[in-house]
Amino acid sequence: MSQPVLGAPLDRVEGPGKVTGRIAYTADNDIPGMVHAVVVESTIANGRIAAIDESAARSAPGVIAIMTPRNAPRVDARKVDANDSLLFLLQGDAVEFDRQPVAVAIAETFEQATYAARLVRVRYDVRPPTTALASGERFLPDQIFGKPAQHKRGMPEDAFARAAVTLKQTYRTPTEHHNPMETHATIAQWTGDRLTIYDATQWVFGVQHRLAATFGIDPKAIRVVAPFVGGAFGCKGQTWSHVPLAAMAARLAGRPVKLVVTRPQMFGWVGHRPQTEQVVGLGAARDGTLAAVTHDVLSETSMSDEFVEPSVVFSRDLYAVPNYAMSDTLSRLNISKPTYQRGPGESTGSFAMESAMDELSYALGIDPLELRLRNYSANDPDSGKPYSSKRLRECYAAAAAQFGWSARNPKVRSTSRGRMLVGSGMATASRATHRSPCTVRMRMNADGNVLVQCGTIEQGTGTPTVYPQLAAEILEIPPERVRFEFGNTDLPAAPIAAGSQTSGSVGSAVVVAARRMRELLVSHDGKPPADGFEVELEDSPPPEEAEHATQAFGAHFAEVEVDPDLGTVRVTRFVGAFDGGRILNAKTARSQMLGGIVWGISMALFEDTRYDARSGRIMNANLSEYLVPTNADIPDVEVILIAGDDPFANPAGAKGIGEVGICGSAAAVANAVYHATGIRIRDLPITPDKLIR
Amino acid sequence: MNPFRYERAQSGAAAIAAAQHDGDARFVAGGTNILDLMKIHVEAPSLLVDINRLPLSKIELRGDSVHIGALARLNDVAAHPVVRQAFPMVAIALEQSASPQLRNMASMGGNLLQRTRCAYFRDVAAPCNKRAPGSGCGAIGGENRMEAILGTSERCIATHASDVAVPLVALDAVVNVAGPQGSRSIVLSDFYRLPGATPHLETVLVHGELITGLSVPVLPFGARSTYLKVRDRAQYEFALGSAAVALDIEGGTIRQARLALGGVGTVPWRPRAAEHDLTGAPATRTAFEGAAEAALTGARGYGMNDFKIALAKRTLVRALEMVAA
Ligand SMILES: Cc1cc2nc3c(=O)[nH]c(=O)nc-3n(C[C@H](O)[C@H](O)[C@H](O)COP(=O)(O)OP(=O)(O)OC[C@H]3O[C@@H](n4cnc5c(N)ncnc54)[C@H](O)[C@@H]3O)c2cc1C
Ligand code: SF4
Repeated sequence: MSQPVLGAPLDRVEGPGKVTGRIAYTADNDIPGMVHAVVVESTIANGRIAAIDESAARSAPGVIAIMTPRNAPRVDARKVDANDSLLFLLQGDAVEFDRQPVAVAIAETFEQATYAARLVRVRYDVRPPTTALASGERFLPDQIFGKPAQHKRGMPEDAFARAAVTLKQTYRTPTEHHNPMETHATIAQWTGDRLTIYDATQWVFGVQHRLAATFGIDPKAIRVVAPFVGGAFGCKGQTWSHVPLAAMAARLAGRPVKLVVTRPQMFGWVGHRPQTEQVVGLGAARDGTLAAVTHDVLSETSMSDEFVEPSVVFSRDLYAVPNYAMSDTLSRLNISKPTYQRGPGESTGSFAMESAMDELSYALGIDPLELRLRNYSANDPDSGKPYSSKRLRECYAAAAAQFGWSARNPKVRSTSRGRMLVGSGMATASRATHRSPCTVRMRMNADGNVLVQCGTIEQGTGTPTVYPQLAAEILEIPPERVRFEFGNTDLPAAPIAAGSQTSGSVGSAVVVAARRMRELLVSHDGKPPADGFEVELEDSPPPEEAEHATQAFGAHFAEVEVDPDLGTVRVTRFVGAFDGGRILNAKTARSQMLGGIVWGISMALFEDTRYDARSGRIMNANLSEYLVPTNADIPDVEVILIAGDDPFANPAGAKGIGEVGICGSAAAVANAVYHATGIRIRDLPITPDKLIR
Repeated sequence: MNPFRYERAQSGAAAIAAAQHDGDARFVAGGTNILDLMKIHVEAPSLLVDINRLPLSKIELRGDSVHIGALARLNDVAAHPVVRQAFPMVAIALEQSASPQLRNMASMGGNLLQRTRCAYFRDVAAPCNKRAPGSGCGAIGGENRMEAILGTSERCIATHASDVAVPLVALDAVVNVAGPQGSRSIVLSDFYRLPGATPHLETVLVHGELITGLSVPVLPFGARSTYLKVRDRAQYEFALGSAAVALDIEGGTIRQARLALGGVGTVPWRPRAAEHDLTGAPATRTAFEGAAEAALTGARGYGMNDFKIALAKRTLVRALEMVAA
C-alpha cells in the first residue's frame, strides 16, 4: 500500500476547478438581495475634506445610499495591535494619502454604484504632501518585531576602520505594489447583530478579530469565509479599510453588500512594499573574509502608522561576520501604510547586501561565488545558534554546475553575442522560517476516508493538495482518501498564511494529528470503529525548537544580454537551487520558486510606483504603466530543489518555501548587468535610461 | 462610465449624419481606446456611433498605392502579403504594437486617432491642457519620463502613442476622409497638429468626419525598410523611442532615405533635414550619426525624459545600420 506520497509532484486537486472557472473566489459569490458598494477615493494626498456634495450621486439610477463621514455608522477605526493599522472608515475629514477612502456609493448594480461614485463631488483644503523618502520626518521606531531599531554585535566601527578593504555604498529600492491576479473583495451580510463576511484574505481569524473590535461585538458573532484567494503575497494579510466599510455599507443599506476593490484602487489603501534607501558597509581582509558589516536602512511609513521593512535581517543572519551593526530609520510620508510583500526584508535587503558582496568580489578580484563560500557560516551568526539544517553549499554547487559558472570570464564587459554584451551574476537567497500555533481537527470515518479541518486558506500555494498528501503519507493511505476543509472561522484556528510559515505551522499540526490518528488506528487493529475516530489538537512550537535557527536558503545565477547602445536588458538564463528542508510536493514547491524568481526579475527591471512629487498622487496606478514582466521577458527558469529532512525545524520538517525564491534574485540580475556592462546600478529598477548614460 | 446612447451605423453617410447631429458623439471602431478613456472619465460622449458594420476593412493594391480600409484590424494589416512585401516596416510596427488580443480588435483608423498615454491626461484629478484646456500641464515639472522631446510647447509635451503612424508618415501615407462637407484626402504629416497653444486639437479633422481608409504610395525601395522600437520590457509596451527607416542604396551610396521617429514627438516625427543629409551620402556610421544629430535638432528634455535625446539618436543610427546591412 505504501508508495512514496510525500514530496511527489501530485497535480493540484483544485487545479481543474481553477482553470475551468468552476471555483468561486470571493467576488464570484452572490447573496440574495445583495447590492454593490464602490469606494470613492481621495484625489489629494494631504489635507481635509472641506465639503462633500452627494446630491447628484444620490439621485443617480439605482442608488441606495451614499456613505460619507456625515452619515457613516460610528465605529472604532483604531488599530488592535502593533501589527495592525488605523483604518480609514469615514470617521473624520482628514486626508493623509492619495486614494484614501472618503465615501462609498451603494447601488443595486456594480455599474450603478460605479457611476454614482463618480458623481460624488469632494472639495478639499489641500496641504502640500511629502512623498519623497528624503523629505519625511525621520525617527527610529521603538521596536521592530520586539527587537530594537539599532543593534550591534562585536566591534563594528573598529573592525571597519582596521579592515584591509572597505566599501560603503547606497542602494535604493522603489515603492512596489502587490497586484495579485484577484483584487481585494468583500461581501458583508448582517443577520440581526450577526455578521457574515466573505473576504479575500490570508487570515479569516484576523478579519474576525478586527471587525469585532471595529463594531464592538463578540468575535463569535462574526463568521468569515475566504473561499479561494487568488494570490495575496502579503497584501491580504491585514484587514484593510474596505472590509469594515463593506459591513458599514451593509448596515446602512439594510442589505447584503458586495464591495470589489478595482485594479487602480489596488494602489490605494491596501498596502505596498515601502521604498528603501540602504547604506551597506563591508570591511574585509584581502582574502575576502568579512570583518565587519554595517547596514543602515531608511524606509517609508505612513502618517499614522509604523511599518518597518526589515531589510537588515538578510545581512544580519547570513554570513560569518563577527562585527555587525544595523539601524532602521523611518521616514513619515503622505502614503498609505506599507505592508509585507513577498519576502519582506530579505527581498529588499538582499538586493543591497548581495550587490555589495558583488562589488567586493570585483574589488578583491575574487570570484563572487568563492567570496560567499569564504564567508559561509555554520551557525546563525547573530544568535550563534546552529541552523536546524543548512544545505546552502549544495545549492551553490548544484546551481553553479547547471549554469556553467566555472566557464565564466570574470572580467567585466568581456563577453558578447553579436551586438549584445553578455553578463552573468549570482546571489545568495535566504529567508527565515517562522512557525505559529495551529489547531486541526482530523476525522477518520468507518470507511477509512479522512477529513482534515483547519481554518487556513488557499491562496494559490496548493493547500487542498499538499496537506492531504502529508496526512496520507503518515496514515499510509492514498491522498485521494483525504479531504482538506479550510477557509472559514467555524474551523479550528490557524495562524495567518504569511511569513513562509504555513507549511511549518499547518503542516506540523497535520503531522502531529495524523500520527495520533495512526496510533489510534494501530490500537484498533487498523480498522476504525463504526463512528470513526476524531482527533483535535493545537500544535505549538515546543521550547526546544528555539534552540535552532530555521532558515531557507538558495543560490541564484542569472545571465543577461544588454544592448550597449540602447540600454535594454533581457534576462536570457536563470538557474536557482533551493534548500527548503523537506519538500511536501515537488510540483507546488517548484511553482513557488519559479514565481519568486519571476518576481525578482520584475523587481530588478520593471516595478516602480511613481508619485508626483507635487501632488503626492500615484501616476501609474494601472497595469499598463506599472510594469510587470510579460512572457517574452522571462527566459527558461531552471529550479533545483535540494531536498532533505530537517529534524529540528518542526514536525513537518519543512522550511518556508513561499518567499525564498524572490530573496536575492533581483541582485543576481543586477550583478549580471554589471558583469555585462561595467555599470553598477544601485537603484532599482534597471531601466534603459540608467544604462545609456 | 457615464450613460450614453449607442447607434450602429449602416452606412458611411448615416454614421456621419448621426455624429454631425450630436456635438458630443464619437465613432467607435475596435473600442480599445475610446471605451478605456470612457471608463476613466477622460471621454464622456453622449452618443457612440458604431462603425464596425461599414465595408471599410479591405486591404488591396490599387494602382501604385496600397489601400488600407479604416476598419482593417492591426493584425490583418500586419499579416497581409502586400503590406509585408511592399513595406516591412509597417508590418513590424504593427506586430510590436499592444498585444495580440488588442491587435485583433484595434482598427487602423482608431490607431491613428488614439490619444496620448500621458499619465496626467489620463487622470481627471490632474491638470492637463489637452483634456481640460487652460488647466495647466501636469507633465511639465512632473512625471515626464515617457513624454516627448520634439514638437513640444509650453502648454503640452505629450507623446503621440501610435507605432504604425511612424512608418506611415515616412511613407507619405494619405488619410481618406468623408464628412459633412464631402470627401478629402490629407497627407498624414499634415493630418496631425503640433500642440502649440491648443493641445486639445490633435488633427485637422472636423467633427463628424470619418476616416474611410489610407492610401500608402508604394515606395520603390520600401521593401528595404525596418522599424526599431525600444521599450522598457520586451512586449506590450509603448516606445521609449522608435525609428522607421527605408533606404535606397546603390554601391554604398544612399540615393534616397525615408525616416521617421516615434515615442519622442508630439506627433509622429518626420526629420526631413536628416533625410536630405543622407541623400547622396555614403552608407556609413559617420553619416548615420550625422543624420541622427540633424534629426534631433531642436529636441528638448524636460528632466526625466532627457535620456530620450540620446536614445532617439542611437535608435535611429541602429535602424539605419540594420537597413544598410
Ligand atoms: C494596453 C494597451 C497597449 C497598447 N499598446 C500600443 C502600442 O504599443 N502601440 C500602439 O500603436 N498602440 C497601442 N495601443 C493602442 C491601440 O493600438 C489603440 O487603442 C487602437 O489602435 C485603437 O483602435 P480602435 O479601433 O480600438 O479605436 P477606438 O477605440 O474604437 O477609437 C479610437 C478613437 O478613434 C476614433 N475613430 C475610430 N475609428 C474612426 C474612423 N474610422 N474615423 C474617425 N474616427 C475614428 C474614435 O471615435 C475614437 O476617438 C495600446 C492599447 C492598449 C489598451
Ligand atoms: S503633456 Fe499634454 S497631455 Fe500631458 S498633462 Fe501636459 S497638457 Fe496634458
